[in-house]
Amino acid sequence: MIQRLRDFFSSSARRITRPPTESEAARNPGCSLVVENVSKSFGKTQILNDVSFTAEAGEFVTLLGPSGCGKTTLLRIIAGLDRSDRGRILLAGRAVDHLPANRRPVNTVFQNYALFPHLSVFENVAFGLRSRSIPDPEVRDRVRSSLSMLKLDDLAERYPHQISGGQKQRVALARAVVNEPEVLLLDEPMSALDAKLRAEVQLDLRRLQRALGKTFVLVTHDQDEAMTVSDRIVLMNKGRIEQQGVTAEVYERPQSRFAAEFFGAANLISAQRVGATLVFTTVGALRVQTTPQWEFGTLAIHPEWIELCENEPPENGVRGVVRESFYRGDHVELIIEPGPLRVQLSPRARLTPGSSVWLALPAERLEVLSD
Amino acid sequence: MTEPTVWYGQLTTRRRLLARGFLFIAGGISWLAVFLLLPSLALFVVSFMKRDADGVLIWELTLESFARIFGSASGENARILIRSIVLALIATSASVTLAYPMGFFIARGSRRRRFFWLALVIVPLCTNLVIRTFSWKLLLSAQLMPAKLAAWLGWIDPGRDIYPSWTAVALGLVAASLPFAVVPLYTSIDRLDWSLVEAAQDLYASRLRVFFAAILPQTLPGLSVAVILTFVPAMSVFVVSDMLGGAKHWLIGNLIQHQFGPGRNIPYGAALSLLLIILTLGGVSLYRRNGRSVEIL
Repeated sequence: MIQRLRDFFSSSARRITRPPTESEAARNPGCSLVVENVSKSFGKTQILNDVSFTAEAGEFVTLLGPSGCGKTTLLRIIAGLDRSDRGRILLAGRAVDHLPANRRPVNTVFQNYALFPHLSVFENVAFGLRSRSIPDPEVRDRVRSSLSMLKLDDLAERYPHQISGGQKQRVALARAVVNEPEVLLLDEPMSALDAKLRAEVQLDLRRLQRALGKTFVLVTHDQDEAMTVSDRIVLMNKGRIEQQGVTAEVYERPQSRFAAEFFGAANLISAQRVGATLVFTTVGALRVQTTPQWEFGTLAIHPEWIELCENEPPENGVRGVVRESFYRGDHVELIIEPGPLRVQLSPRARLTPGSSVWLALPAERLEVLSD
Repeated sequence: MTEPTVWYGQLTTRRRLLARGFLFIAGGISWLAVFLLLPSLALFVVSFMKRDADGVLIWELTLESFARIFGSASGENARILIRSIVLALIATSASVTLAYPMGFFIARGSRRRRFFWLALVIVPLCTNLVIRTFSWKLLLSAQLMPAKLAAWLGWIDPGRDIYPSWTAVALGLVAASLPFAVVPLYTSIDRLDWSLVEAAQDLYASRLRVFFAAILPQTLPGLSVAVILTFVPAMSVFVVSDMLGGAKHWLIGNLIQHQFGPGRNIPYGAALSLLLIILTLGGVSLYRRNGRSVEIL
């Protein structure tokens, strides 16, 4: 609250940092958004520590991380609602650090939607166009078309307190996209919706982004949501970027313990390096594809990549005993000693606790974590 | 009436509920009856009475006082009334304009700092208005900087005080009204939903548009309380105009006070008071009705 007041009253002159330079724009052609070495502290707490990432034009990028990892602050810095201590933001190749929020070519969908309660749905959506003194006929056309894109035509004359949470969320979206921003920022826009509606909205959001061809940057703590909607995921932890890459890569190839644990299910196996690609682990000797940089460390493998074999497999075989078995409808989850390893199998595999099994941990699926 | 009703999980009847309700408000009602209704009634009756040469009331009904208001003295009265309204409007708008930034300033502090600044705004109210106005008289006297500055700028003759003048009256009125504008506005500002302010900024709004689209609608309840709390007292004030204005700068408050004091015309004073009460109530209710249409919050 105090910080917000301070920011509101601090003059825009204080935002002036460096003028835009041509070289950076040239270095990142085709990038809608470039975040470069951004750091931010509130008092003694470091919120963001040297964060860099880019979003290409038309890309859907998600900033994913647990609460308090700095993802929302990063979004606010991009929007111009907070200022960074160091680093710079480029939008469409132009440095915008010196611009206040109202002069940046971005729009935000806020977590609580922040619809103006005294304005109708139509006027809420028209707000950004009216701020820029766009002539009335054009305002009407653009508002109408964005309302119909989000199936809100019938609600134009309603007030925010007369519509449902899901409808408010769509109005907030319409209010942002109607301005055709260079980058659309979404701050946990689905956190207030119930699970069923959220799943629907995720698909709608993905379709909308494809249809508009605009760059979307979404902030969320929900990894399922991130995987459903994003082209690329930027995984954040404690103010740093833990890992970034295309969605499947971040899920399948975690580089750190945090990344492996954040996407839930991965098995973490403590290991000791004994050869260039050979490690001793709690489940036996295993061969890996990359040479570990550590003496003692961790390997990760997702439960769905562990294979069940009838006989001893040629490589990375583990002889185990089923301790527990959980039927999940679309799959069966087994807890197997040693480890314990969690294994995910087709529901056709009927294995009762106590049975002995051979497991194969494919070397190409065993991730050598950095820590 | 005797049908059972459930009220906060309690089985009761409507009649019992009404009885209990009356019991709760009986204290307040009787207070208002004794200290508001009775005096108003007395004022009403007295305004229709006669007085003798020494100003003693005579129990005889007459419309003399009202005839004087709208007849022989109407020109002068109208002038004084308009003057009072204009000055009250100036005091109100100046107080509210000053109170907005003060409210923001106080709300941005920590708990302790807020308390300090709020106390600083409220503490002067512990002093009598006469004393506060007297200190303004000192501040505006010829020996001090404000008067010297005004003289240097050619607004007043060198060596003169700034009072008696309308400027001095307006300054005194604003000073008297300011706390009553700051407190309700601060309360509204403290509860401001900042995400709306940010949404407006995000949607390209200039500072002015941010204020009118995001801050004003949210602080409207506080603003309307501030306007009433400053306008109504400013309409009836007589101490400030008496001390900083003198005989040439009468407001309606002075006119009324004069009738009850040196003028010795209590019925005329009562009639003027009635007029002022009706006008003020009328103005406030008109304001509330117009205000409600924007108060969708």
